[in-house]
Amino acid sequence: MDIGIGHFLVLAGVVFTIGVFGIFLNRKNVIVILMSIELMLLAVNINFVAFSAYLNDLTGQVFTMFILTVAAAEAAIGLAILVVFFRNKGSIEVEDISSLKG
Amino acid sequence: MIANFNIMPLIPELFLALTAMGFLIVGASQGNRSTAVLCWTSCLATAIAALLLLQVSWENQLSLNGMLVIDEFSGFFKLMILLGLATSLALSVDYLYKERIARFEYPVLVIMAGLGMMLMVSANNMLSLYMSLELQSLSLYVLAGIHRNSPKSAEAAIKYFVLGALSSGLILFGISLIYGFTGSIDFAVIRETLEQAETASPGITIGLAFLLAGLAFKISAVPFHMWTPDVYQGAPAPVTAFFAIVPKVAALGLLMRLLFYAFLPVSGEWMQIVYFLSAASMIVGAFAALAQDNIKRLMAYSSIGNMGYVLIGVVAGTTEGAGAVILYLLIYMIMTAGVFTVILCMRRQGLMAMQINDLAGLSKNSPVMAYAMAALMFSMSGIPPLAGFFGKFFIFLAGVKQGLIVLVVLGVLSSVVSAYYYLRIVKVMFFDPAADPFDRGMVLEKRLILLVSVLFVIGFILKPNLFVDSAMSAAKALLL
Repeated sequence: MDIGIGHFLVLAGVVFTIGVFGIFLNRKNVIVILMSIELMLLAVNINFVAFSAYLNDLTGQVFTMFILTVAAAEAAIGLAILVVFFRNKGSIEVEDISSLKG
Repeated sequence: MIANFNIMPLIPELFLALTAMGFLIVGASQGNRSTAVLCWTSCLATAIAALLLLQVSWENQLSLNGMLVIDEFSGFFKLMILLGLATSLALSVDYLYKERIARFEYPVLVIMAGLGMMLMVSANNMLSLYMSLELQSLSLYVLAGIHRNSPKSAEAAIKYFVLGALSSGLILFGISLIYGFTGSIDFAVIRETLEQAETASPGITIGLAFLLAGLAFKISAVPFHMWTPDVYQGAPAPVTAFFAIVPKVAALGLLMRLLFYAFLPVSGEWMQIVYFLSAASMIVGAFAALAQDNIKRLMAYSSIGNMGYVLIGVVAGTTEGAGAVILYLLIYMIMTAGVFTVILCMRRQGLMAMQINDLAGLSKNSPVMAYAMAALMFSMSGIPPLAGFFGKFFIFLAGVKQGLIVLVVLGVLSSVVSAYYYLRIVKVMFFDPAADPFDRGMVLEKRLILLVSVLFVIGFILKPNLFVDSAMSAAKALLL
């Protein structure tokens, strides 16, 4: 069986969906949310690299490099915010992020 | 490939970038005692950037090998963004010191976010779109949590970060599909490819839907609005003012450039999505705000509703519609700056008092502020002859001309409903038994911003053409 562009797209789609569900269905820990966000970005990277190979065009791979860099910055900021939250509340449970409502 | 950098029109952005980095060095060596100086120098820097912007050519041209485009549309938006930056910086200084959160990072982050926004409205390529959007978003996440000792601020930051990262993921997934099915990330090439294709392939439609969903998060259109009230309530008040005034203007500029330029050939596909976003935002914005007691939360729902009205102009898809959007954003920005000036003065015994009932009897304690707030509220609810009326009028007019009767009727109805909660504030200020007066002493910059905002709202009718014409000509540059 040949592995074609379709297989890569399905793989990326599945990984992306797992990431999105990880954000919404997760009831435990904020770290898991950060991991889900990484998963989403990696799915996008699979897409870009697959299309780049399929189209025989380097742009997609260049884009991937930028996404990896921004993802690192995003994770750094996310963890920093999480540390601030932990100092205030003494917990990083998703249930405790609920004092703002209305 | 011929290198065509054409860096001259980007001088304002370069100036701001260098300023922000220079301030970072000053801050790192001088510590937090330099905050006030840095804030005021940042205001000055935005003014200098605006002067530089007026000097460079606004002719339609590409820059950095087609990564960015400079035209009258981007120029006008950049002026609005710089105005918003200067206003929100000026509003913050007093608050930062009173709450003891005067950190030198604050002005640097505001300038960095502003730089991202200025690049957003110039983006002509998916890569520059993504990078500028992230520069803006990452700065805003930190700004929401700048009050490190407040649990609410930390919670607002975490919510904003998670949903913002989710929306970036959606945008990226959309971009990757569009890249795959058109073979390019350049707006001009995407447009050409779409024009040549007979029908839009499903891949492009799905990619566009993801892209729009992600951008709807950024402009807080329903059903992607759930972060807005929480973030507005939890973030420190001047940061909320900043969120309400500037990022939405930039995100809408970006959205309009995408839809009216790159994806114009598939307008049938995106119009339905934007139609739904617009209708849902107007209805939710009007009804959910009725039950709010916290004034920052109320302003959040008000901004959701206002994004709904703005999107009518986008659905219209004409030059008139685009011009009406630009005009509406300008008026909304100046009105909101005025309202937040009043909100920032709601302070008793040194503590912020953020309930609507805290405004009770303001007309007896500080009549000038009460009358100014009343004028702004009448304008927000769209009562003629104030500026807010004209904003809505041009939007609805553009909608009716394109036959969007149902959407416009929904808009008028929801603006009637929203008049209730705007006028409730007026009623509380003038007819409720007086509460304790707010702390005295309104600093000069707040007086100035409130004065300019109220004068604009009342005086708009005297010279409407001044603003309408420049908004329309900016829109013409977009829809060549």
